[in-house]
Amino acid sequence: MIRFILVQNRQGKTRLAKWYVPYEDDEKLRFKGEVHRLVSTRDQKHQSNFVEFQNYKIVYRRYAGLFFCFCVDANDNELAYLEGIHFFVEVLDAFFGNVCELDLVFNFYKVYAILDEVFLAGEIQEISKAVVMTRLDHLDKLE
Amino acid sequence: MSFLRPRDLIRAVRCCKTAADERSVIQRESAGIRTSFKEVNSMDARYTNIGKLLYIYLLGYPAHFGQIECLKLVASGRYSDKRLGYLGIMLLLDENQEILTLITNSLKNDLNHSNMYIVGLALCTLGNIASAEVATDLVDEVERLMETSNSYIRKKAALCAVRIVRKVPELLDSFVEKTKHHLSEKNHGVLLSGLALAIELCEHSSEALVQYRALVPNLVRQLKTLLTAGFSPEHDVAGIADPFIQVKILRLLRILGRGDAISSELMNDILTQVATNTDAAKNVGMAILYETAVTVLDIQSDTSLRVLAINILGKFLANRDNNIRYVALSTLTRAMATESAAVQRHRNTILECLHDVDISIRRRALHLAFALIQPSNVRMMVRELLSFLEVADAEFKPGMTANICAAAERFAPSRRWQVDTVIRVFQTAGNFVKEENVDNFLALVANQPDLQPFVVQKLYIHMQKDLAQTALVQTGVWALGEYGDYLWQSPGVASPEGQADAELEQCNAKPTEIITLLDNIMQLPYVTVTTRQMVLTALIKLSDRLQSSSSTVKDGDALDALGLGSTASAPSPATPVAQIQGILKQHAASVHVELQQRAVEYSNLFCSEFDESRGAILERMPVPKYHPEATVAAGDLLLGGGAQGGQVGIATQSVPGASSAGSSGSLLMDLMDDAGPSATGALSGSTLAITAGPSSQPSATVDLLADIFGDTSLSQNTTPTVSSAVVSPASVAAINSQGDLFDLLGQPAPASSAGVPPAPEATASYEAYNQHGLCITLYPIKDPAQPQSVLISVRFHNQSATDTVRNLLLQIAVPKSQKLHMQPPSATELGPGQEAMQSIRVHNPSQSAVRLRLKIVFGTSGGQQIDEIVQFAGFPPTLV
Repeated sequence: MIRFILVQNRQGKTRLAKWYVPYEDDEKLRFKGEVHRLVSTRDQKHQSNFVEFQNYKIVYRRYAGLFFCFCVDANDNELAYLEGIHFFVEVLDAFFGNVCELDLVFNFYKVYAILDEVFLAGEIQEISKAVVMTRLDHLDKLE
Repeated sequence: MSFLRPRDLIRAVRCCKTAADERSVIQRESAGIRTSFKEVNSMDARYTNIGKLLYIYLLGYPAHFGQIECLKLVASGRYSDKRLGYLGIMLLLDENQEILTLITNSLKNDLNHSNMYIVGLALCTLGNIASAEVATDLVDEVERLMETSNSYIRKKAALCAVRIVRKVPELLDSFVEKTKHHLSEKNHGVLLSGLALAIELCEHSSEALVQYRALVPNLVRQLKTLLTAGFSPEHDVAGIADPFIQVKILRLLRILGRGDAISSELMNDILTQVATNTDAAKNVGMAILYETAVTVLDIQSDTSLRVLAINILGKFLANRDNNIRYVALSTLTRAMATESAAVQRHRNTILECLHDVDISIRRRALHLAFALIQPSNVRMMVRELLSFLEVADAEFKPGMTANICAAAERFAPSRRWQVDTVIRVFQTAGNFVKEENVDNFLALVANQPDLQPFVVQKLYIHMQKDLAQTALVQTGVWALGEYGDYLWQSPGVASPEGQADAELEQCNAKPTEIITLLDNIMQLPYVTVTTRQMVLTALIKLSDRLQSSSSTVKDGDALDALGLGSTASAPSPATPVAQIQGILKQHAASVHVELQQRAVEYSNLFCSEFDESRGAILERMPVPKYHPEATVAAGDLLLGGGAQGGQVGIATQSVPGASSAGSSGSLLMDLMDDAGPSATGALSGSTLAITAGPSSQPSATVDLLADIFGDTSLSQNTTPTVSSAVVSPASVAAINSQGDLFDLLGQPAPASSAGVPPAPEATASYEAYNQHGLCITLYPIKDPAQPQSVLISVRFHNQSATDTVRNLLLQIAVPKSQKLHMQPPSATELGPGQEAMQSIRVHNPSQSAVRLRLKIVFGTSGGQQIDEIVQFAGFPPTLV
């Protein structure tokens, strides 16, 4: 299962944080820093997208200046989570139309809504972009 | 002043030039929100406030004062209010906060709401932060929602159930039946969440596992449909139909097939199909193949299928994508336990990965490479690993050295090869070698007399080139001290496997060269004190080798080589011996107490009093026991793939720290050969420190010393005398004045008669009193943890055959600088032949000699009252 999801920029500012396991506030703060340090120093071309983190694994992917980091159980299928990250980014891209960091900043509550449509309880919930997009459109209309 | 909308706040924050600006903006805004919470009670104001507050929270500032406001927002009827309220709850609260129970009621209402989006919101909140309490309260609602016709709700409900089962496994029974419908769903979202729930259920309950095994054919069919289905744009990822579902099904099959032959049999076909038909061009395909391989290896599948799985992973290794190589290496390492033969076939690819650019891949490849070593390939593998050792990252080296030594030990085709390998390790990464490896190598060499000339020559040659490798220098120095004479006595040694080794042939060193080399080591700034001590000992030992060869070798050339010439009996200043004396003299004023002491002691050995005994003191050290297991255990990696069943049990990688610590402990214990650290043991410390290298100084054993003594032609009376003279740690002044020295020696005489071989506890014993049928023996023990005190066990033995000792009382006095603690004796009345024990502890902060005055009071059965005072100062000075 996914333990937490972090979306951070290259400076280490967290743009999205979702915790599926309860952590103390100071722990969360520490994890954000540690994950950023781990991930941002890695060579994009020559290193794998997986890093061990405590007893878990960080599966991350970088899109432009943003790192999408998923902390998952050690025996989970890392490659599948990599696909999961890509799917989430595709949905964001489709929703905002060529998504950029600022979209995530100004529409953070929408980003959370999208996240909640794709992942729930630390598991992947929906894998059809069409289904997610229709849901989101409906939700937007309800506002 | 506060901003109207969240958007304005975000802008303001983004405009801040410095962190301090940002903080002040946030503080002002937080204060504004707080007052607004207190004063205004409209939903609209609350909505904007929470919006701003959540942004503040995301920036990492405290926002917990908004928790209750979020609850209020959820209670509103409007969808947008609820949405923000639940978002706030999910961000600001977690399952550990009591306040969470307050939302149970709102959640319950919303779960029963007619608007499916509101139900969705409530399910989402429940699924993300439900505590055990909330989960128990709302389980009925979730169960009901799992059966609604709306697929949007159904999938969310199933994932909520996953959360509930994780939190409260007792609640899982009610879901076992309902999940089955999800598994035959057409809707992919529902199927996916159903699979997640099924996996969770099977992992928590064996009952569910049995029930779901019946569904294996169903799952196999679903997987087959996905494989053969035509293109469906909705769920297609890079040409593969719904990879997420495929991966989940494979995972569920793995759990179901584990340890169940019938289910495994049912899966064989489909797994083969997935393995052969999946396109491995993209990451998606790899993810499925990877999951398939793991499943195949985990269940009880066909041999051919397992080989196929290993081959898939083997192919991964050649992939250009780092991620693929990474997962392949970790999976292959796990597979070594069962499929080592199949993994062996990919050995070359694995070794190539040692040179990967990614350090985590290198690490995994290294792990796997060690696991691959077995008797048939040990030469080739170790050769590869040694060449990698030269370029390996520093963080790998300590583990690698230990593991190569362990592999060389465990699978060595010949001792010669092993020795050669270990020397190469010391030579390439001598600064990363664990002490136990050095110790064990020394023990190995001591046990292989035929290899000693080879070893000493090889080490000598390497030392001439490089003095920066600690392990190499330490072993080399030791070897020169012990076997240095081979260097000038036997020119040219047959090299390994009988081939002439040009390198070794030319090694025909003159003693002066050797001594110069040792002197150079002493001068190096980075050499540790331990190594320097070893050098001094090597020098003194060499001096003896030189003299003994001068007296035995008649050949004139040899004498010239020794620099002794025809007047060998009186060494002239230019001789090697004089050179040694010169070096010792230099260090007699060393700032290191240990060095100084050794230098002074060794210099004194040249005095004529020791002419008789010098040869015995400085002869080769007795052969220590060799413990191959210790080397093997020192390697902390999985070695030789458990399945090979090597002759020695290895601690596997599970607790590397513990196992290595344990092994070094046991090594010490073994070296000590059950003897406690005894007086004699401590005595032997400096002469024999080299026996087992630096780590085991305190453990040099009674055994060893006894051996030395046994081998000498000298009588036991003189031997302890000399040895204490050599190693007395008492102050230099004391050593310099020989009178003092021999004062000390006055006492051990009675001890040596009773001493070695020791009493039951194998500690040295000292008889303090033996009259009127009562014998009192002292067993001093030095606790290394408490260097300032000596524990002495006192044994009372009634040696009389008829008389009983009554009212036994022992009183002891010690010098003023020491303190005494006495425990009561185990008995005060001793029948004929009986024994009693009493333990005393002498605390000796000034480290002066332990002297005891014993007052012994007892009555015999004959009515005689004994009251005697005796002095005892017979402990060796090292006991202080």
